[in-house]
Amino acid sequence: MANPDLNSLRLSAESLALIDAEVAKYPSEQKQSAVMAALRIAQTECGWLKPELIEYVADYLEMPAIAAYEVATFYNMYDTQPVGRHKITVCTNLPCALMGANEIAGHLRQKLGIGFGETTEDGRFTLKEGECMGACGDAPMCLHNNHAMHTHLTPEKMDELLDKLK
Amino acid sequence: MSLLAPTSQVCSWTQALDDPASLATYVANGGYQALRRVVTEQMPGDAIIAELKTSALRGRGGAGFPTGLKWSFMPRAFPGDKYIVCNSDEGEPGTFKDRDILRYNPHQLIEGMAIAGYVLGAKVGYNYIHGEIFEIYDIFERALKEAREAGYLGDNLFGTDFCFQLHAHHGYGAYICGEETALLESIEGKKGQPRFKPPFPASFGLYGKPTTINNTETLASVPWIMQHGGQAFLELGKPNNGGAKLFSISGHVNKPGNYEVPLGTPFSELLQMAGGVRSGHQLKAVIPGGSSAPVLPAGIMMDCTMDFDSIAKAGSMLGSGAVIVMDETVCMVRALERLSYFYFEESCGQCTPCREGTGWMYRVIHRIEHGQGRPEDMDLLNSVAGHIGGHTICALGDAAAMPVQSFLKHFGHEFEHHIEHKRCMV
Repeated sequence: MANPDLNSLRLSAESLALIDAEVAKYPSEQKQSAVMAALRIAQTECGWLKPELIEYVADYLEMPAIAAYEVATFYNMYDTQPVGRHKITVCTNLPCALMGANEIAGHLRQKLGIGFGETTEDGRFTLKEGECMGACGDAPMCLHNNHAMHTHLTPEKMDELLDKLK
Repeated sequence: MSLLAPTSQVCSWTQALDDPASLATYVANGGYQALRRVVTEQMPGDAIIAELKTSALRGRGGAGFPTGLKWSFMPRAFPGDKYIVCNSDEGEPGTFKDRDILRYNPHQLIEGMAIAGYVLGAKVGYNYIHGEIFEIYDIFERALKEAREAGYLGDNLFGTDFCFQLHAHHGYGAYICGEETALLESIEGKKGQPRFKPPFPASFGLYGKPTTINNTETLASVPWIMQHGGQAFLELGKPNNGGAKLFSISGHVNKPGNYEVPLGTPFSELLQMAGGVRSGHQLKAVIPGGSSAPVLPAGIMMDCTMDFDSIAKAGSMLGSGAVIVMDETVCMVRALERLSYFYFEESCGQCTPCREGTGWMYRVIHRIEHGQGRPEDMDLLNSVAGHIGGHTICALGDAAAMPVQSFLKHFGHEFEHHIEHKRCMV
C-alpha cells in the first residue's frame, strides 16, 4: 500500500461483514456500487472520514481512491472533517421553518454556544444545518449522528435529548 | 379496508391495521395475490401495460408521466440484463409520503416492483432510499428479508422460471439524486451528477443496461391496479388523472401529515382534512407540489382541485403532491430566500447556469431580505431565473428558477416594499 498509515488502519470485523453484505447486492464486477454504504459504515465506526480511511475503503472495494473522495465530498452526510461525539443536524428548510425549526436552531445555538458547522470545545456536540429530510409533516426535527431522527421538537424536548447525549 | 377492497386508499390502507409493515398483515389482507396471479398465469406483459394505460396512473414523483407509456419504452424482449429502479429519494421540501409507504406498507412496494420486474424483463431491482431516513431504510431491509424468506423474492417464484431479486440502496444526503439519472450514477457508486438525455434510461440506464425508474407511490399502486383493474383505478380519480394520491401537507395547518384522496378532490376539502389553516389565521399562499412548484396565492388555490390538470391550469404543478401551506404571517421574501439557498446548496455544480445562477439568485434575495435591495433587483432576478430555466442538463435548474419567478409574479409588491423601505411589510 502506498500510504503507510493504511497499515495500521483497519475496520472491525463487524464493519467489514456489513460492507461485504452491501457488496453482495450488486453485480460482481460493480463493487464500487457499495462505496456509499461502505463509507457510511466506516464513518459510523470511526466518527469521521479522514483521508486514510477513505483510501482504505477504496482499496477494499478495489476502486481508485479519488473516486471514493469524490463520493465522500459530494454527499452531505459524510464528515470529512472531525465532528463532536454527537452531531445534531437541524433541517431549516421552508416547511420546517414554518413549523418552528428556526426557534429550535436558535435554542441549540444559545444552549451549546456554537453556530452551525461548529463543535463545542469539549468535543461533545457538533451543530449542523440540514436540508430536507423528507419528514416535513413531523417538523421541527433533527438527526442525531445521521441515523436517529427526532421529530416534533420543542425546546424542552431538545433539552431532554441533549441531556441524554454524553 | 384491505387491498382486496376497492376503497379510495391505494397505498395507505395498512395504517389502520396492527403491525402494518409486516408480511403477515399484508398477506392476510390480500397482499402478493396480484403477483402470484400475474406470474403463475404467465400474463402477457402487453396486457399489464394496457391495464396501466387504462388506469391513467401518472408518475407520483413529480413529473406526472404516464406509467404505462414509460413501461412501454423498455426493450422488454431484448436479451441481457435489465433493471427496475424505485426512486425513494424523497427530498423535495414538503414531500414525505414515500417515507410512510416504506414504513407502513413496504410489501406493496415490493410486490409492485416484482410485477414491474416480470413485465419489463428485469431480474434485479434496486430501491434508492433517501439518506436522512436511515430508520426507514432499516424497516425496508427487514421487509425485504421477510419477502425473500417467504418466497416472494428470489429464484423460481411460485414454482415458475421467473426470478426476481430486490435490494435497497441507501443515499447519504444529496437532493439531486432524486433526479433519475443522478440516482443511477449514485447506485453506480459515483457523485450524483445527472446524465445527458438521450440516451434515456430505457435504453442506457443502470450499468448501461435498459432501466425503468419509477417513484415509490407509483410502483406501490401497481398491485392495487392488478387486483381491481385499471378501470377501477381510473374511476377513483378523474379522466387522465387516475387513482387516489397521497398529499403531504406541511406548514401552517392544524394537522400536518399525509392524506390520501382521489385525484380531483377540491383543495378546500383537503385543507379541511388537515384541520384547516392554523387557528386564528388566514391562508395566504400555497406551494401545491413541492418546493419547486410555482407558488399560488390563496384565492387561486381555493378554486383548484387536486389533480395534475387543474393545478397546471392554475399555473403551477401537482408535482409530488407536497402541499406547503403559508398563512398571513409569512414574509414571502424570507420564504423565497430559504428556498433559493436550498437550490444553491444542492446544485450539483455540473452546469454553469445552475451552479452560478442559483448562487446569484440566493445572494440577491438575501440582500433584499436584509434591507440592501436595489431597484433593479427584481428585473435582475427574473433575468437570472430566465437564463437558468431550460439551459441545464437536468430539471434542478428549472426547479430553482420557478419559485423565484412565481414569488415575484404573485408577491412582487412584498419584494418592492422590502427594496424601498428596507424592511418587511408583514
